[in-house]
Amino acid sequence: MDYFLSEEQEMIVETAREITDERIIPARAELDEKHEFPRAILNEMAQADLFAVPIPEEYGGFGGGCIDNVLALEQLGRGCVGVGTAFAASALGIYPILIAGSDEMKSKYLPDVASGAKFAAFGLTEANAGSDASGIRTTAVPDGDEWVINGTKQWITNGGEAQIYTIVAITDRSRGARGASMFVVEEGDAGFTCGPKEKKMGIRASSTTELIFKDCRIPKDRLIGRLGTGFITVMKTLDSSRPGIAALGLGLAQGALDEAASYAKQRVQFGKPIISFQAVQHLLADMAIQLEAARALVYGAARHIDAHPKDMTKVSSMCKVFATDVAMKVAVDAVQVMGGYGFMSEYPVEKMMRDAKILQIYEGTNQIQRNVIGQELNKEYSRS
Amino acid sequence: MKIIVCVKQVPDAKDVRLDPKTNTLAREGVQSIMNPYDQHALEEAVRLKDELGAEVTVLTMGPPQAEDVLRQSIACGADHGVLVSDRAFAGADTWATSYTLAQAIDFLGGADLVLCGKQAIDGDTAQVGPGLAMRLDMPFITCIQKVREADASGLVAERMMDDGYDVVAVDYPVLLTVVKDLNTPRVPSLKGKMRAKKAQFQVLSAADIGADPSLIGLAGSPTQVVRVFPPKPRGERTVLTGDMDEQVSELARRLNAYLQ
Ligand SMILES: Cc1cc2nc3c(=O)[nH]c(=O)nc-3n(C[C@H](O)[C@H](O)[C@H](O)COP(=O)(O)OP(=O)(O)OC[C@H]3O[C@@H](n4cnc5c(N)ncnc54)[C@H](O)[C@@H]3O)c2cc1C
Ligand SMILES: Cc1cc2nc3c(=O)[nH]c(=O)nc-3n(C[C@H](O)[C@H](O)[C@H](O)COP(=O)(O)OP(=O)(O)OC[C@H]3O[C@@H](n4cnc5c(N)ncnc54)[C@H](O)[C@@H]3O)c2cc1C
Repeated sequence: MDYFLSEEQEMIVETAREITDERIIPARAELDEKHEFPRAILNEMAQADLFAVPIPEEYGGFGGGCIDNVLALEQLGRGCVGVGTAFAASALGIYPILIAGSDEMKSKYLPDVASGAKFAAFGLTEANAGSDASGIRTTAVPDGDEWVINGTKQWITNGGEAQIYTIVAITDRSRGARGASMFVVEEGDAGFTCGPKEKKMGIRASSTTELIFKDCRIPKDRLIGRLGTGFITVMKTLDSSRPGIAALGLGLAQGALDEAASYAKQRVQFGKPIISFQAVQHLLADMAIQLEAARALVYGAARHIDAHPKDMTKVSSMCKVFATDVAMKVAVDAVQVMGGYGFMSEYPVEKMMRDAKILQIYEGTNQIQRNVIGQELNKEYSRS
Repeated sequence: MKIIVCVKQVPDAKDVRLDPKTNTLAREGVQSIMNPYDQHALEEAVRLKDELGAEVTVLTMGPPQAEDVLRQSIACGADHGVLVSDRAFAGADTWATSYTLAQAIDFLGGADLVLCGKQAIDGDTAQVGPGLAMRLDMPFITCIQKVREADASGLVAERMMDDGYDVVAVDYPVLLTVVKDLNTPRVPSLKGKMRAKKAQFQVLSAADIGADPSLIGLAGSPTQVVRVFPPKPRGERTVLTGDMDEQVSELARRLNAYLQ
């Protein structure tokens, strides 16, 4: 379907597609098997200016909006959601600075992220605080000209690979929802280390580690925005980044459909290509219908967010839920279309099915997204 | 430091047909691309620019649509593009092409380093690079597979040989022709593509570069294509394995069998 992309948007798609086809797809199976962080590919993506897409021009970026980021991530997701996640998490890591940081802080960090010289990561989750972010225990206490941070973040994407970490810590427990703040921690700060890489079902090219703070001292000016605004910044950050996860889902679903449909044309059983069996056609048709519906929703949501940045929560959650549920279903069905071959690691849909699952979990589980949408509806309907 | 990269627009090899009457390449309706070897030459130029701060000019002789390869070069990091284009250049063989490119390079004020592909995938002669160097009175090294080091006065490079490589140190000016092992060409960047979209190119005619009309185009091309034919397929080949004694006795056995 024609989504009437601008010339610049076509350029973004073309660039991301080239990286995906020429660099990611040939490497993905090995990266997955070895749990290997795709540094060389990320460097090429940096060189091609893809990291610059969501960053404003005055900070060395391309000045793209949500839709531009979505277009890039969709292509990357078609190749490998592991690589796509490593890329997306760097943008996630700088959204707090973009959203709430001072001009000074933006000038300090954004140009290096735009050029890809540095990667970023976002640290919210802890062992006892997943869906319920208010349960975090990491603390930041002022001491002279410094903040002293203590606590452990869990499952942080790009942990150990990023140079810039934006993290959430409690600054005043008595203030509840207003008691947390966000900070920038840099690789090499005293008292800050990353744990070993987790072993995962999927997205194995991405790195997931703990962030461990033991009397970690950082300068006063690393506070992002105003004291006590941490959770507000977190919510705005996730609202901005979720369409990107939806886009990874679109890409994955497209990749799975491509594999399944071309396989079905070649595979002969009962003397005919299996694509001639109506049961197989219907599976493929449903995959295609859901994928296109998801794409229309994600692009529509992204454009809405760019036009109405103050009204993004509901559409952001809606597109994340729908596109990632579609990705999961399409990946499972792609394996079904390919039968036993689909189950074998030799064919890419096996990895796609493993990778799809995380999309329904991170950046807020799909249950939590439905809660959010429900709460928004509740607000809307009590107004009228 | 000034670097000139000579690039040629060629028909996409995925899409090659011969004109059954003339036995030459049918170019109509065929997608054009930048000669693959030239992409590696350009990549090396841009890397040297990043490292040493050079100015990279891309030069092509061809019809107006050859501007496409200049645009692509800008997207990949070149600073300027120059199109040498004139009806009078039509029908140029490698002799006339190298003359024309040499005149253009002189017109542009010369260069410290000229980079060419080893060969163009349509003509495949591998003559233009060396021919151009002779006309520019520049030393040249062909089949460069690696630039080991470079500074503002010269470079050290590896020349691919059948059984290994030579290491050659030269001072500028020098012309290199390059093979694909040299590097992996980058994916054009977004900012590069934006720059390419707006880029304006200098177009040089035969008169501009002061070309002698008898040395350009068909008139300046002594090459005559007598016949074009597909090469005979090579016979089956076997590589003998084992230690030297085993290989020699196996060879002797086979020769014997063949002679009988
Ligand atoms: C590979 C990976 C990478 C990650 N990267 C990052 C990162 O970079 N930064 C970061 O901060 N975090 C990251 N996370 C953490 C991720 O965001 C959390 O895993 C996620 O928010 C869910 O939290 P949880 O795993 O603790 O699940 P829980 O919150 O324990 O949820 C368990 C189940 O209960 C359901 N549930 C919980 N509460 C409710 C409710 N109120 N209503 C209905 N259902 C509910 C959930 O939907 C889920 O099905 C990552 C996680 C993984 C696995
Ligand atoms: C036997 C033969 C006969 C031919 N006869 C004719 C003919 O009658 N009429 C006709 O139109 N063509 C003819 N051609 C094609 C023409 O000679 C070549 O296309 C042209 O001279 C370049 O030579 P090449 O393709 O062999 O390039 P090569 O020498 O293989 O190219 C080496 C490098 O030189 C540079 N280079 C080559 N051409 C250009 C260019 N145009 N601009 C910038 N850089 C360049 C590139 O860096 C390239 O990688 C003939 C070719 C052959 C092989």
